Amino acid sequence: MQDLRYARASSVAEAARLLADGGPTARVLAGGTDVIVQARERTRQITLFVDIKGIPEAVDLRAANGEGLTLGAATPCHQIYGDAAVTSSYPALIDAASLIGGTAIQGRASFGGNLCNSSPAADGVPPLIALGASALIAGPGGERRVPVARFTTGPGQNVLEEGEFVVALEVPAPAPASGARFLRFIPRNEMDIAVVNVASSLRFDGGEVVEACVVVGAAAPTALVVEAAGEALVGSPLSEESIAAAAAAARDAVRPIDDMRGSIRQRRHLAGVLTERTLRDAARRARGEEVVSHP
Amino acid sequence: MVAPAKKPYRVVGSRPVRPDGTDKVTGRANYGADIRLPGMLYGRVLRSPHAHARIVRIDAAKALALPGVKAVITQADFPAAEDAITDLGETASNLKWLVDNVLASDRALYHGHAVAALAATDPHVAEDALALIEVEYEELPPVLSVHEAMAEGAPRVHPNMHTVEMLARFSPGPRSEHDIPNAASHLRLEIGDLDQGFAEAEVVIEREYETGTAHQGYIEPHNGTALWNESGELTVWLSTQGPFMMRDQLARVLKLPVSKIRVIPMEIGGGFGGKIPVYMEPMAAVLSKKTGRPVKMIMQRDEVLFGTGPTSATYVRVKLGAKRDGTLTAAEAYLAYEAGAYPGSPVGAGGMCMFSPYSVPNQRADCYDVIVNKPKVSAYRAPGAPAGSFAMESTLDELAEQLDIDPLELRQRNAAVDGTRRIDGAAFQSIGNEAVMRAAAESPHWNSELQGENRGRGIAMGYWGNGGLESSAYATVNRDGTVGLVLGSVDIGGQRAALAMQIAETLGIDYEQVKPIVVDTDSIGFTAVTGGSRTTFATGWAVHEAGLEIRRELEARAARIWEVDASLVHYDDDGVIRGPEDRSFTFREIAGQLHRTGGTVQGKADVMPEGTGPAFACHIVDVEVDPDTAKVEVLRYTAIQDVGTAIHPDYVEGQIQGGAVQGIGMALTEEYVYDDQGRLRNASLLDYRMPTTLDVPQIDTILVEEPNPGHPYGVRGVGEVPIVPPLAAVANAIHQATGVRTRRLPASPRVLLEELLPEE
Amino acid sequence: MSSRIIISTEINGEPAEFLSDERDSLLEALRDRLGLMGTKEGCNNGNCGACAVLLDGRLVNACLVMAAEVEGSQVTTVEGLAEQDRLIPVQETFLERGALQCGICTPGFLVAAHALLQEHPRPTEEQVRYWLAGNLCRCTGYDKIITAVLDAAERADAPSG
Repeated sequence: MQDLRYARASSVAEAARLLADGGPTARVLAGGTDVIVQARERTRQITLFVDIKGIPEAVDLRAANGEGLTLGAATPCHQIYGDAAVTSSYPALIDAASLIGGTAIQGRASFGGNLCNSSPAADGVPPLIALGASALIAGPGGERRVPVARFTTGPGQNVLEEGEFVVALEVPAPAPASGARFLRFIPRNEMDIAVVNVASSLRFDGGEVVEACVVVGAAAPTALVVEAAGEALVGSPLSEESIAAAAAAARDAVRPIDDMRGSIRQRRHLAGVLTERTLRDAARRARGEEVVSHP
Repeated sequence: MVAPAKKPYRVVGSRPVRPDGTDKVTGRANYGADIRLPGMLYGRVLRSPHAHARIVRIDAAKALALPGVKAVITQADFPAAEDAITDLGETASNLKWLVDNVLASDRALYHGHAVAALAATDPHVAEDALALIEVEYEELPPVLSVHEAMAEGAPRVHPNMHTVEMLARFSPGPRSEHDIPNAASHLRLEIGDLDQGFAEAEVVIEREYETGTAHQGYIEPHNGTALWNESGELTVWLSTQGPFMMRDQLARVLKLPVSKIRVIPMEIGGGFGGKIPVYMEPMAAVLSKKTGRPVKMIMQRDEVLFGTGPTSATYVRVKLGAKRDGTLTAAEAYLAYEAGAYPGSPVGAGGMCMFSPYSVPNQRADCYDVIVNKPKVSAYRAPGAPAGSFAMESTLDELAEQLDIDPLELRQRNAAVDGTRRIDGAAFQSIGNEAVMRAAAESPHWNSELQGENRGRGIAMGYWGNGGLESSAYATVNRDGTVGLVLGSVDIGGQRAALAMQIAETLGIDYEQVKPIVVDTDSIGFTAVTGGSRTTFATGWAVHEAGLEIRRELEARAARIWEVDASLVHYDDDGVIRGPEDRSFTFREIAGQLHRTGGTVQGKADVMPEGTGPAFACHIVDVEVDPDTAKVEVLRYTAIQDVGTAIHPDYVEGQIQGGAVQGIGMALTEEYVYDDQGRLRNASLLDYRMPTTLDVPQIDTILVEEPNPGHPYGVRGVGEVPIVPPLAAVANAIHQATGVRTRRLPASPRVLLEELLPEE
Repeated sequence: MSSRIIISTEINGEPAEFLSDERDSLLEALRDRLGLMGTKEGCNNGNCGACAVLLDGRLVNACLVMAAEVEGSQVTTVEGLAEQDRLIPVQETFLERGALQCGICTPGFLVAAHALLQEHPRPTEEQVRYWLAGNLCRCTGYDKIITAVLDAAERADAPSG
């Protein structure tokens, strides 16, 4: 572990001040499941941890009826999938929350931390994008909101300016007749980084798809919204043909790399497979059928 | 499921709670890393970032200037090492290589090779100081596979090395007439007339196979704490499978008499063969000598993966000849195993084991031990056997398909039986091979119907010879009727229980009356490693002998108390000593009188038993392969094994289940991934993928108990053979599910997908 | 140079105050500062579960918590599972079922299983496997561990006496 200091913030303003004072090597400590490893392995220079778990807004979990979901940036996965309202209204988030690491990782890991770590393979990011979520950012210049789809700018890089941090994530309330699903592919059944992951969301009106979003992770420098997949789906009922077209669009859109976790060909192929599977499940959820996230 | 034991035992075959159990479920058991000594320093190791490099210069000045840093060492701080072979029980090693592997001399030969070590007052300071040691390297081209290494004109990792012709396993002979680059040795095993065997064959099939590098994966990292005191006496606390082996290696590396070294084995968190060689222990010793303080060293997980010995990546070619009725007439194999940076791969065992479940009159195996720029391999559970058997059992499966014979039926037709000669010429005696195959044929699993799409069932056999070697034991009768049992065998998975049970049986007393303890190298006679499936067998024999001595002594004592001739007194198997006129003592009764009638009674034994019983296993596995992602799910698994007498069936089953799951890992997800510069890319338990609870089903076991006539309780070793069959069993199941023959393991989704997808 | 901080917390039901390095993980603090050696280090990276503890009742890996974070919290380690001189059911069933071989992963498994049984008193085999997937065991192949946890659930359920 590199030499560093620890500070606990109890308000948004205090955290912003600590981060600003700490300079570019100050890092927010939410669940710590990525940053503590980075500090220990010295893969990122960190001189100060600013713990935001003492800030009420950062550990919030509010799913008010019809008003959407507010998820504190540091709210741990285990708390999220234990929440009945989130489970029933935002099952695609549960899909991700229940497969990030094992149970002990889920006791700490958060969507906010996952987003700010800005890994191309982040499991929390595609479902947030598919659900149209925004990040509430606080900093020296006050607050701003950035859609999650525009938050990550490259591997390990994002829109946060010095002194800024993500306080919470805001997910709009699900529209009627809509559904979303997140799946990832890993060689084991737990404790792995995604080779590819995909989140899809669908909204139907009178049997026709009126909104569709397919997001592929681990297959480009950042999670990729496959616009052409959405276009292939919207305007007609969901069919084998439209699903296949969306999968083909996903395969075309991805720009994967070859690394020890997966090959280019494998990732391209899996992007198609998972697009098909998530779309079928999203449609089931839109119809009110149960699609289980985890045992 | 357990077949009825051959003899009615009182204690053997029951399932008592282990003596060390309570401490292990409450967190009180002391493992190697748990030791804390006053004034203790913390040591760390600096490792090579290159797979092959000349070490031009090491400058520790800045590190030594950091407050809290007490000493930095390099190999120059060790006594100079000469060449000489030393026996490590499961593998052999030259002293110069042993020392160079501990700390590199002029060249780093693999990514992670230790080049310097230091000790500091605080673990954080020690870690900070590592970055301050300056090492100048001159990178050299690495050799990264057996094919590269053995190619004509390949760069030689050891320029002066010449291929040695082995006379037998572990017996080096003269220089070979056919020198092959980087091939440290060649061993030919042969019986019969191979040419004639293939001439008799009606079908000949030849196939090639490869396996990746796999690590033992014990959850406890290597550790060692050393104190070299002012009188020149060295004490080392650590987790090791073999305290005496550790003492011997330390004595040789440090040029100390063994009497100056005391090795104290702490509880050990897994080994599987990997916790036998020295790594940091000599560094901790020298750092302690330099500083006058105890030095504790613990490896980080990445150091365990790139700095200790995994098992070999392998290439195996196998050629079988058979009659149309399936009778095998000839079996030939070429095996090249990666040794890592220094000789010593288990390739001989690969050649020795792969054909052994079968009666084949004409056999040959050519075994090459090949140097590459990777960590020097170490023993790993049935070292060398899984890869060879993967090749043989896959090819047999293909032969069965070609001949349209049921794969188990084909194996049964060729089964080795008592009297069958192995490839080394020895004839089997009292083996349970056929009984294992029969139990498999009759098993619920084999007789169930496999239903569902994309599913397949595979079967494979495995063989392992098991070990004997030296063991000591020492037992004392306490006045309360209990027996203190002193052991030199480290308990890595329930051995204290299995050994206490055997002496309880011998003495006719209850298991609870025996109090076993594992002691240090000053407190018991030489005892070889806990490994080689030898402990319950050989140390079991020692405790039995110690028990018999107690019986004789107690008979004599009773005779004296009763004032009768000793020949009229008999210690019966129920633990009652009977004399004339219905006189008798229970064990407790006579124990209570000992100190008033001549003093304590002790039994001791040192044994080196010969009659090891070989082990055979048959595994059956059902898999489902996702046709879209090529991911393999293991749905059902049954392991059938001849275990001899199962002393403690829970721990016998546990060995089989654990071995099977390690084999499944080798078959599906585990392997070292190197870049083209020879840097290990997946040195973490995130990316070195060992099976989790979600990756395997319950592992059903069927214990076939064919008692080993070479042991008083019929014990055969059980620990190693279960890792042998899974590789081929899984590969054969994948074939049935998909039609694809996976000839390279692990059958990762990435590799298997290439087979399933249409060619681009 | 490292700096030292004083941390006040509650460990296994007892108040604890200790001097820690500011860069200590909870795992390092438990072992090196407090001498609570029951919590084991297997990977120091959150990938093996050997250091599992409860932090304010929630299952976490002690290697992925900074010691400074536990100021004012409650920590439960394997040493705190047994009630006075009585093992809890899952400790008993681990012993009776031979669910440990080398025992190094056992503390982590027990803490994780304890957390599971508090949240799901009657888990299915699938739930047990899901909950324990972050805990690696290399000796047992998991079979007897799963059985022991399922047995413990039944035992805890059975009427006492």
